Amino acid sequence: MDASRDGVIYTETIVHSPPEQFAADAPYQLAILELPNGNRTTIRVLGKEAADRVRIGDRATFVEERDGVAYYRKAKPASD
Amino acid sequence: MQVPGHAARVMAEQQAMDCSGGSGNGRPAGEHFKILPAIDAILEYMRPVAVVGIGKTAFGAFPDKSLRALAVEATNHALADANLAASEVEAFYLGNFAGPSFVGQNHLAPYVGMAAGFEGIPCTRFEDACASSGSAFFHAWLGVSSGIYDRVVVTGVEKMTSQTTPRVTEILAGAGDMASEGKAGATFPALFGMIARRHMQQYGTTREQLAAVAVKNHANGAKNPLAHMRKIITLEQAMNGKPIAEPLTVYDCSLISDGAAAVVLVPLEQARDLNPRYARILAVVQTSDHVALDSKADITVFPAVQAAGKKAYAIAKVGPQDIQLAELHDCFTIAEIVASEDLGFVEKGDGGPFVENGCTRLDGRIPINTSGGLKSKGHPVGATGVGQICDVVMQLRGDAGERQLARHQLGLAQNLGGSGATCVVSILEAA
Repeated sequence: MDASRDGVIYTETIVHSPPEQFAADAPYQLAILELPNGNRTTIRVLGKEAADRVRIGDRATFVEERDGVAYYRKAKPASD
Repeated sequence: MQVPGHAARVMAEQQAMDCSGGSGNGRPAGEHFKILPAIDAILEYMRPVAVVGIGKTAFGAFPDKSLRALAVEATNHALADANLAASEVEAFYLGNFAGPSFVGQNHLAPYVGMAAGFEGIPCTRFEDACASSGSAFFHAWLGVSSGIYDRVVVTGVEKMTSQTTPRVTEILAGAGDMASEGKAGATFPALFGMIARRHMQQYGTTREQLAAVAVKNHANGAKNPLAHMRKIITLEQAMNGKPIAEPLTVYDCSLISDGAAAVVLVPLEQARDLNPRYARILAVVQTSDHVALDSKADITVFPAVQAAGKKAYAIAKVGPQDIQLAELHDCFTIAEIVASEDLGFVEKGDGGPFVENGCTRLDGRIPINTSGGLKSKGHPVGATGVGQICDVVMQLRGDAGERQLARHQLGLAQNLGGSGATCVVSILEAA
């Protein structure tokens, strides 16, 4: 895990009408993530259940990069 | 409507209050615009230009009409309206976004130009996504105002319906940054869905306010014989459409259409002899910004629209409060709301209540998209910019039929490319 790639959701959408090449993924959540250094990047959020979906202000954890696209999961609430 | 005295006054006051423009917008336009002296210097050498001919095809799905046939049809209408023969035209500017992808044809400007009878003159295609023909219009205006040409034609065209919706979605996505957002699966509805979410978060814009744009534009489009979808829709329908990219539903998205539009530009001093129903171009401004949405500091603002608007107001020597009608680029409902703010019709963040309170209806303070907009009229991408100019000129001439406004001296058109990377703002005045 690379925590420096974790960040906060700046905005998001759930895509129901995908371009041809992503037809198999739909519906999928796309978001713009703000990184700790202030940079923003467009990411995919993993998971299909309502509980997996992120909203503006949620924290997201970096999972992996595939074909140049960064995949994230909604961060679990702090356990302290 | 007849309303007894007191009630009428209260209504008028409420309307005035609800629809009042931003307090900061009454100041002389361009006060904060630093490159103004440069513009003034340049304008001394530029000739005033007029639109003397307009021509449009209907927008819709036309399986039997080719891209070239649509473009020639609109061009011929515009030439006839201008009382000009094709042989008199000195340069041809074609706006088209993705003919090579949609219909497999490149080298489109001479391909269309020769069919329209423009033999031997410069024929050039302009591509700036959904602002392709706005960009062609800007460059054509430069050609005439600089004194190089006396007779130019600008045509915009797109032929989209021969492809499936997923394929159209993919082609349109190419107007975004394919190395970043495109690779992650961003569609245009997705980019504007993310803009809408952020606008709702920052300013409290509601789902109902987005839907109000669609309801208004369909009500206007139902009165436009050339519109693609002449259908009145209810707020309830607009609120409960099939989701496309949340929070946007199918009713928040403009239509996939075929169509073409054309205009003829000449120096103002020659306009009256050709067509006394000309419209004077007071300003045309083109601006640019980042292509990738995630590169922008605040996605609830289109800086390219703000800059084009300020500069156009300064050149035209008018302010947003003077504009009597506007065709704004409502590729998605949220885009009309954002543009109404960025052009200074209301303060930033007030675009939602502005449309919800009826201020932009045919009987509102500043009617927006009297043609039905891209939402109802249709959005053949490359035709949209010039189509907007035609729609503004129809209102200025008093030719808009059932949707004709009582006040129609000064109109504005705003054409947007991508998620705000190109903008063209034009201000026109009736003859």
